Amino acid sequence: MLIITCPYCGPREQSEFHYGGEAHIARPADPQALTDGQWAEFVFMRSNVKGVFAERWNHSSGCRKWFNALRDTSTDRFLAVYEMGAKPPQIDAPELRTPAGEPLIGSGNDETKVMTEAEMTEAEMTEDLGGGS
Amino acid sequence: MNQPFRLPEGGLIDRDKPVTFRFDGKSYGGFAGDTLASALLANGVHHVARSFKYHRPRGILGAGPEDPAALVQLEPNTARTEPNLRATEIELYEGLNAGAQNCWPSLGFDIGAINDVFSRFFPAGFYYKTFMGGPGWMFFERFIRASAGLGVAPGEIDPDHYEHTNRHCDVLIIGAGPAGLAAARAAASTGARVILAEQTAHPGGQLLDEAAGQTTIDGMSARDWVKAVREEIEAAPEAMVLTRTNGFGYYNDNWFALCQQLQDHLPLAERDANKPRQRLWHVRARHIILATGAIERPLVFAGNDRPGVMLAGAVRHYLHRHAVLPGRRAAILANNNSAWQTAFDLKTAGAEMAAILDTRPDAPQVLRDRAEALGIPVKTGAAVTGTLGRRRIKAARTGDIEGDRIAIGSAEMIGCDLLAVSGGWSPNVALFSQSRGQLRYDDDIAGFRPARSWQEEATVGAANGTFDLAACLAEGAAAGANAARVAGFDDASQSVPRVSAPHAIDYDITPAWRLPMERKTDRAFVDMHNDVTSKDLDLAVREGYRSVEHAKRYTTLGMGTDQGKTSSVNGFGILSEILDTPIPEIGVTTYRPPFKPVTFGAVAGQHVGANFHPRRTTPMHEAHVEVGATFEIVGDWLRARVYPRAGEDFDAALQRECKAARTQLGMLDASTLGKIDIRGKNAREFLNRIYSNAWLKLPPGRCRYGLMLNEDGMVFDDGVTACLSDDHFHMTTTTGGAAGVLNWLEDYAQTEWPDLEVYLTSVTEQWAVASLCGPNSTALMAELLDDLDPDPESFPFMSWRPAHIAGIPVRVFRISFTGELSYEINIPARYGRWLWDRCMALGEKHGITPYGTEGMHLLRAEAGFVIVGQDTDGTVTPIDLGMDWAVKKTADFVGARSLTRPDTARTDRRQFVGLLSEDPTIVLPEGSQIIATPHETEPRTPMIGYVTSSYMSPNFSRSIALGLVEGGHTRMGEPVYVANKNGTPHRASISPVNFLKELGGAS
Ligand SMILES: [Zn+2]
Repeated sequence: MLIITCPYCGPREQSEFHYGGEAHIARPADPQALTDGQWAEFVFMRSNVKGVFAERWNHSSGCRKWFNALRDTSTDRFLAVYEMGAKPPQIDAPELRTPAGEPLIGSGNDETKVMTEAEMTEAEMTEDLGGGS
Repeated sequence: MNQPFRLPEGGLIDRDKPVTFRFDGKSYGGFAGDTLASALLANGVHHVARSFKYHRPRGILGAGPEDPAALVQLEPNTARTEPNLRATEIELYEGLNAGAQNCWPSLGFDIGAINDVFSRFFPAGFYYKTFMGGPGWMFFERFIRASAGLGVAPGEIDPDHYEHTNRHCDVLIIGAGPAGLAAARAAASTGARVILAEQTAHPGGQLLDEAAGQTTIDGMSARDWVKAVREEIEAAPEAMVLTRTNGFGYYNDNWFALCQQLQDHLPLAERDANKPRQRLWHVRARHIILATGAIERPLVFAGNDRPGVMLAGAVRHYLHRHAVLPGRRAAILANNNSAWQTAFDLKTAGAEMAAILDTRPDAPQVLRDRAEALGIPVKTGAAVTGTLGRRRIKAARTGDIEGDRIAIGSAEMIGCDLLAVSGGWSPNVALFSQSRGQLRYDDDIAGFRPARSWQEEATVGAANGTFDLAACLAEGAAAGANAARVAGFDDASQSVPRVSAPHAIDYDITPAWRLPMERKTDRAFVDMHNDVTSKDLDLAVREGYRSVEHAKRYTTLGMGTDQGKTSSVNGFGILSEILDTPIPEIGVTTYRPPFKPVTFGAVAGQHVGANFHPRRTTPMHEAHVEVGATFEIVGDWLRARVYPRAGEDFDAALQRECKAARTQLGMLDASTLGKIDIRGKNAREFLNRIYSNAWLKLPPGRCRYGLMLNEDGMVFDDGVTACLSDDHFHMTTTTGGAAGVLNWLEDYAQTEWPDLEVYLTSVTEQWAVASLCGPNSTALMAELLDDLDPDPESFPFMSWRPAHIAGIPVRVFRISFTGELSYEINIPARYGRWLWDRCMALGEKHGITPYGTEGMHLLRAEAGFVIVGQDTDGTVTPIDLGMDWAVKKTADFVGARSLTRPDTARTDRRQFVGLLSEDPTIVLPEGSQIIATPHETEPRTPMIGYVTSSYMSPNFSRSIALGLVEGGHTRMGEPVYVANKNGTPHRASISPVNFLKELGGAS
């Protein structure tokens, strides 16, 4: 279960939240002015991003406020949360290293389970204490 | 009782507490502090199980959760029985009864062992290859499932109970071996909140598996040090030690699941029924330290699965913890130094040492010297090529390794009743890998070890590939202090325990992933749980399963209940040899929770029986219970369905209730209806955008029915909303849809139209609702109300009034879901029961009859009112429902644009209609498919709709039904047929939905 940081309440358990799908898809101001295709695009079509994804969450068992978040869908890590109506903040996306386009660590992809010596830092090669972190 | 392999002294057993237990029908003796495995070994019993596939005799290989084969059925033929438990982990209690499993008729003579004789016909992938052709897997599966397999699931309801608990802590430490203890002590010394979890009954880990006095820590014997450190941790104000607690799942954001066994170690008669048997801990930790130790690997050689072949470390475990000599004449086979300690310890304990066989060409002189001093013969560059003995090893055949063969003429038989083996130690990285940390392969230890953490975590001690005790303690202490610092606690005690262990043996290994074999027919087991041999891996690679994940699934390597704890790394090593690829490039399979099996009981916790899904009940609920109502589940609610009288069945009660509601007076508990209080200066505009019909002109005091659509144009909820004042409305929703509607309204209010000032509050539970229906309802209302004339002339349909009943403020709504004269009284919830009773008392002379949800459904069907969710299925528009009148053309609303999409505008869509069966006594089954002709044709007759609601109407003395039929609105009076699985289709005709008008002559 994830920890999600509500911008209004702070970090809370995922079970307090409801997911709201992709963010920044505004309801058209004048739906009748749209073609059937344009309307269907709004109603039915969503992107399915691997990597940094802007999405909506509702703190439904807390303050009940909706907010936006940036989450890396390949690692489930939240990179930012921000208010409804705000633009997504700039974040440093992780370098994608696996052939499938995932970060070096955290995705659970086969390619990231074992690292080679070439991938290790000098500190990791010499460090004896603590296994990492 | 006679325990011929029990040593006269030593161990952590309590010799003052002898224990009698049964295994496989025979009675044995042991002591408190034994495990089932140690007690069986004390009695000389090695053969405890039959293997999964070939039914080969299997013994006790390990001493903990890693054991692949010593699986038993605990307490067979009782409600508490549990299959596939490892004998190595069951703590012995008085009267324990364990059965052998996967054998018939007995452990000693097992018919299924015939599989072993014909094993060459059962190669890897056998099942798939054989059964995917021919009659197919579906046909063979039940035979295979019946003959293969493990233990038997209990057939009765579990008499024990379980609980879940949640904790937040600063530092969670998994494993209370030396590194874990050192880490916990350092962290606890800062005042941080620390949880130390140990899967066995005793902290100490490897320190308990060595001879007393072998190691001194801080001037104390190792065992005294363990005790002192435990006391120190437990004395810290915010720290706790959980024993018998299996940390089995490492999830996102340092969320950790642990299963604590509270009573499994007690005799059945001493277990407290008022306490849980097991407790599942959900722990959220700022920092996690994994001190999960290392798991010894067997060696892969012909005959390596014979009972009496044990892991060398497990032999030390039984020797020192349980004072059991697992054999009187023992041999050692190893590729590393650590197993030599086992030889020295066995010899010191009085066993005869037949030989130390080391696969390495040479062994350190210091070890050779000690062996010589103890008089133990040593052979290096040696392999075992076969074992003898039926239910226990009696001899091992050895030979000299020459490349990948055995030197001709070097064979020799060594008599032994115990063969202790060691293929090296694998850091136990299962939980680290669950956390998505990255591993690296370390040639020095011939194993995978943690390289880079993904979460806020550190791995220490043997789990980190650190095998030297002093280094383990230093690493643990440093990690504990660091973890506390990360959590905001700085002043850790910096003392690192000082170790004195003059005879400690350095771990040094030269891997030998599989030993040479003499004969083609010889079999060496890699996975002793699933009976996977080294040749199965050869076959898998030959057939193209080169990826480690594919080879695993093709051979089932590591897929048993042991999750491959002893077999995985050997498998990776062998694959690396077969593929001539370095082990790091072979990679590892995926470690998933649980680290070891967890009971369903613990996972379910207290969420069983009535707590599985707690039900909401209304303020009037007890009144329904008292008169014997039957209930149904609606959403989270329990609602009265009918109120049968003595001698009355369901149908009779329903007919009586519905007749009374139309001819006299009926009363429904409508408290479960969703109620949302909507305020704000833009509340009206908000409703106008949400509902498909028009709301701008509804004056205070009036109500209106509304439909809500999704943006795709499909109806998803409905209800009546009343205007309380220009900026204040009272919305009702369906019972099941209330929470969803509120969330959905909030979504639009906050995210699409934040410029509208509107506030939404659920008031479902603030109001109890009695709905009065029928010609006598006005008379009852007149008696009830203090200050309102209920005359329908002055208080018209679809309006509401504030009023008082016995001085209590109420809201009365003139709305109806039955098509009959009706009043809905909303009263503050705490007066709900009182109102119900008052209506029953005053209404008696008017023939008041309570009716339930079934009657409500029937009455509204008579009136042709839709129930969203019963008559709709998410593909129905307002036009499909024949409710064009509820679709405004003047302004946009949610879903409006979708109603003119080509597909939603089709005229042949399934439309909501009435259905009257030709035979008025036939109630068309709900859900039946509607077809156009009475004759089934090939291919199947097209289905043009289905029946959504169907009842026997007491008021029209015939059956009525509602349904969705293609183009139904333009087919009034036309015949259709309703599929009937028991005979010819029922003929019915399409009618308008309002049966009150069609059949009852109402206008
Ligand atoms: Zn919040």
